[in-house]
Amino acid sequence: MDLAEIDPRQRELAQREGSSHSPVQSGDSVLHGQEDPLALRHSLVVRVTHWIHVVCFIAFVLSGFAILLAYPRLHWGETGTLGMPSLVDLPLPMVLDLGIRGPGRYLHFLTAWVSLFSGLVYAISGLYTHHFRRDLLPERSDLGWQTIRKVVSDHLHFRRPPPEDAQRYNLMQRLSYFAVMFGLFPFMFITGFAMSPSITSVFPILVTMFGGHQSARTLHFFAANLLVLFLMVHVTMVILAGFGSRCRAMITGYPVARKKRS
Amino acid sequence: MSDKITRRRIITTGLAAVTGVAGLDAAAKIADHYGLLAPDHQGIFGVGESLTYGAQRLLTAHRSMAREFSRSEISTVSPVNHEHPDYDPYQRLLFNNFKDWRLYVDGLVARPMAFSLNDLKSLPSRTNITQLNCEEGWSYIAAWTGVPLSLILNLVGASPNAKWVVFYPFNDFWGSIDIAEALHPQTLLAHGMNGEDLSPDHGAPIRLRIPRQLGYKNLKYIARISITDSLKNIGDGTGSAAPDIGYSWYGGI
Repeated sequence: MDLAEIDPRQRELAQREGSSHSPVQSGDSVLHGQEDPLALRHSLVVRVTHWIHVVCFIAFVLSGFAILLAYPRLHWGETGTLGMPSLVDLPLPMVLDLGIRGPGRYLHFLTAWVSLFSGLVYAISGLYTHHFRRDLLPERSDLGWQTIRKVVSDHLHFRRPPPEDAQRYNLMQRLSYFAVMFGLFPFMFITGFAMSPSITSVFPILVTMFGGHQSARTLHFFAANLLVLFLMVHVTMVILAGFGSRCRAMITGYPVARKKRS
Repeated sequence: MSDKITRRRIITTGLAAVTGVAGLDAAAKIADHYGLLAPDHQGIFGVGESLTYGAQRLLTAHRSMAREFSRSEISTVSPVNHEHPDYDPYQRLLFNNFKDWRLYVDGLVARPMAFSLNDLKSLPSRTNITQLNCEEGWSYIAAWTGVPLSLILNLVGASPNAKWVVFYPFNDFWGSIDIAEALHPQTLLAHGMNGEDLSPDHGAPIRLRIPRQLGYKNLKYIARISITDSLKNIGDGTGSAAPDIGYSWYGGI
């Protein structure tokens, strides 16, 4: 039976019942112009790489902080040491005597490998399944002035996201996820590579394009701060939208429990 | 799809785990054969260390050159983290301006040799203006003058089986580099810095200068160099004192 033929009231009823004899089955995409609230929300690859990056994020921030504490001053240009003018003196203690930096460095680069492999799996799968085009690139309907203003204002006021956001990413999500995954994350890797004397011996442009070793370090630090800011807004929005259902969707793939999906 | 833990699932997972471990072991053996396995490859951090070392060795296999700078870019300050040893025999040798100091080179060599500081200074030297990057985050540029390590390895007749070069300084911070880094044209036994003799705090009489690696690999106050095909029986087998205090053996990033 084609759902388009059903009377709208009847369709509403069928959806509300959500019972096994209803023509609306989870995973069906026959509902025209309306998304199925019982459909799979996040693919397995998205879920697994998401949680890998939750761990990576924590490891990156902790180990990066441990490394930063050895010299919490930022410079611009090629060189910078004590005795040279700095760009910013961060209000942090200079910690040299604790044994946190060596393990921090080990952890930072191990995390970078995990993040890189997981990111590659995500990127290849996202291209293959059209996840980026379908779910991450802003839709034409999102790009109206009214819509943009509303979604930005919702975020700025930390308003509870509308229920339809449980089915698809809103404009702000699309733009920020896109910027984080295809802007900030690659930028962190490139500025990280720029600090490696071994990698820059092969690709000097990685560091010269930033104006030098210390510039790359400073940019690495500020981009990390943007990522932490993104994380804080992201977690806040998840809590506002309903921490349980959003986490369930990112773990099981579905925003509602299996029993209710029947 | 059932979420129950079935016997089949346990067996499949077990087999996958065994295959994974065996695969890693085989990968480590192959990597070691091609000189792509770091000495501190054990443990969970060893996975990241091995990937970093292997990847960077492949990337730099064509003897990529560290960036060099112009004289005008030489930094006005060049800090050190630790001052020179205040104990003997270093103090005694320093008091005599290193006239009694000898650099001993032994191991897998045809002719073990001892070089005085004047011997080294009379050998062909090279000056590179490069940046020293400390793992702490700071960096400076200086001109280092010294003998290419490859020249010393030729003079003593290093064996073709040599895989590692081990450095023993007057302090406890011994270390090693692989033969690829040792034969690199920018790798120097530096006895001069910014046109003067290397100062005690910067590692007099000679320090290792490898500009493709971080500052802590550029060992100071060197007394003896030993060439070997295995690091297993030296210290705890991890190739340097660095892993003892939590640092990676490889300092390329």
